[in-house]
Amino acid sequence: MSLDVRTETAVPAQRSRPDARSQRELRRRERRFQHRDKWWGYALIAPAGLGLAVFYLWPVVQTLYYSFTEWGAFGGTTWIGLSNYRTLVGDPEFWHSLGNTGIYTGLVLLGIPLSMALAVLLNLKGLRGTGIYRTLYFLPVVTMPAAVAVVWRWLYNGDAGILNHALSLIGIDGVYWVSDPHTIRFAVAVVGVWMTVGYNMILLLAGLQSIPGDYYEAASLDGAGRVRQFFSITLPLLSPTLFFTTVLSVIQSLQVFDLVYLIIGANTQNALQNPAYSEGQTVVMLFFQKAFFDNQRGYGAAIVCVLFVLIMALTAVQFRLQKRWVHYA
Amino acid sequence: MRETNREGRLWPAHILLSLGAVITVFPLLWEVLTSFKSFSESVQVPPTILPAHWDWSNYSKVFDGIPFAQQFMNTVVMALLRTAAQLLLCSMAAYAFARIRFPGRGAIFLGFLAVLMVPGQLFLLPQYQIMQDLGWLDSMQALVVPGMFSAFGTFLLRQFFMGLPEELEEAARLDGASPFTVFWRIALPLARPGLLALGILTFLWSWNDLMWPLIVNTDPAKMPLSAGLASLQGAHLTEYPVLMAGSLLATLPVIVVFVAMQRQFIQGIAFSGMKG
Repeated sequence: MSLDVRTETAVPAQRSRPDARSQRELRRRERRFQHRDKWWGYALIAPAGLGLAVFYLWPVVQTLYYSFTEWGAFGGTTWIGLSNYRTLVGDPEFWHSLGNTGIYTGLVLLGIPLSMALAVLLNLKGLRGTGIYRTLYFLPVVTMPAAVAVVWRWLYNGDAGILNHALSLIGIDGVYWVSDPHTIRFAVAVVGVWMTVGYNMILLLAGLQSIPGDYYEAASLDGAGRVRQFFSITLPLLSPTLFFTTVLSVIQSLQVFDLVYLIIGANTQNALQNPAYSEGQTVVMLFFQKAFFDNQRGYGAAIVCVLFVLIMALTAVQFRLQKRWVHYA
Repeated sequence: MRETNREGRLWPAHILLSLGAVITVFPLLWEVLTSFKSFSESVQVPPTILPAHWDWSNYSKVFDGIPFAQQFMNTVVMALLRTAAQLLLCSMAAYAFARIRFPGRGAIFLGFLAVLMVPGQLFLLPQYQIMQDLGWLDSMQALVVPGMFSAFGTFLLRQFFMGLPEELEEAARLDGASPFTVFWRIALPLARPGLLALGILTFLWSWNDLMWPLIVNTDPAKMPLSAGLASLQGAHLTEYPVLMAGSLLATLPVIVVFVAMQRQFIQGIAFSGMKG
């Protein structure tokens, strides 16, 4: 069964266009068919719009407000100004969790070259069985993170885990991967990569398939070899998709929660006895703990507000830097 | 001649891809094998590959540890209701954004886009507060209602409607059909691939979602499987064969849906380029 991701579905590949094209686009849009019954417009938007306003848009405002307040024992909030943010700046636990999250994000980004290598291999002309490969690589993406965490905990198990057994066969002494402060971050990041490789691969493959074959033919007529073609055709033309994949990976990794939460065993009675707990804790885990268990909702709100600003800032920086390496055809 | 030559040169690629595939699938395979081992066999050193004796009792122990059947139903109902609601509400709003001109459309659309850009954790505290105020903690409503609305789904379908040919809609309009009739009878059937993509993604995210259920539903009878699995882990920390059986049962429905509809699945992912 062939699973062609059609090229026009590759969103990132077709972003900015030469001016003449976009002019024509604009004129086309002018002509676009529109109803003029405004009441129908309001009526159709109302259900989704009201739901989003009540459950999403207003909560953002409230969370921002909470971050300047302290939660009373019997509900009710007291305005305490920037106090939560001051606490946060001086809270080693916050900085530590931010560092852990940053390391996790960095390590997960290392999976992108891997995804790219797989996508390039799958895109080879005449390769059979691409459908099967794609299915297999994609399985971890659809698997429930709660289940994934349980399975990997078992693989990593210090006493009876298969990983340590495999290492012992080549003469290496295993460690307790998820309760050793030195290994927990890597252990978690490996699972993060495992879960995202197939997903990034699909995006990159869609990008690769949108590169016209003529380019390669012309290049090989000019005597360019495979390696040369990769660096002067594939890489530049794939750079918008690579950029898009990187931006999404960063945004998602900075918010990582369930995977780490369950691999560390934060849901179990003796979670805090795990010596690796503080080396694994991510920002969102800290938020979850403060807001819903320690009843410090104002402080929890401040944590996620800071996280939001960080995500926006990092994304903005990436957009600024894209001029240096992203080529839009 | 050249073709066979090329097929021959592809062997290194096949070797690399197969190696990667084996590494990728191994944890899932190990999960299946462990779920059939007795507890004593599972902790044996050196480990056995195939179970010496295929032990089905771990699967019944899952049902002893958590109200599995109940949680399974909770998950199915939650995922289906969220998906159905999103498909209806998002497509309505998306059509209005794409094809109806009215004052304030741009501003309202910006509001939708703003929701799209905010990380999910910023909604949680007030959402929890709303659930508490409504007395909805430990209920199906808590699992379903906030997940019925989606800025992402609206955006995805709006893009889809904008790409549809407009002649059919124009003709129906000239015949005197109301905007709703045009939307329902003409545009919606044409947008089926977009609806399918959104439906599959929403179903998957709902099925796998963990943090929100952990926050609102602490009663095991009201939990979906993701949260149930987390509590099973809490209770059976060391009984890995039971945990493997539970994980497998919780994942299997989604894997079946994925394998059956993988084409739409993968197209949906590539089209949207987005995940929860």
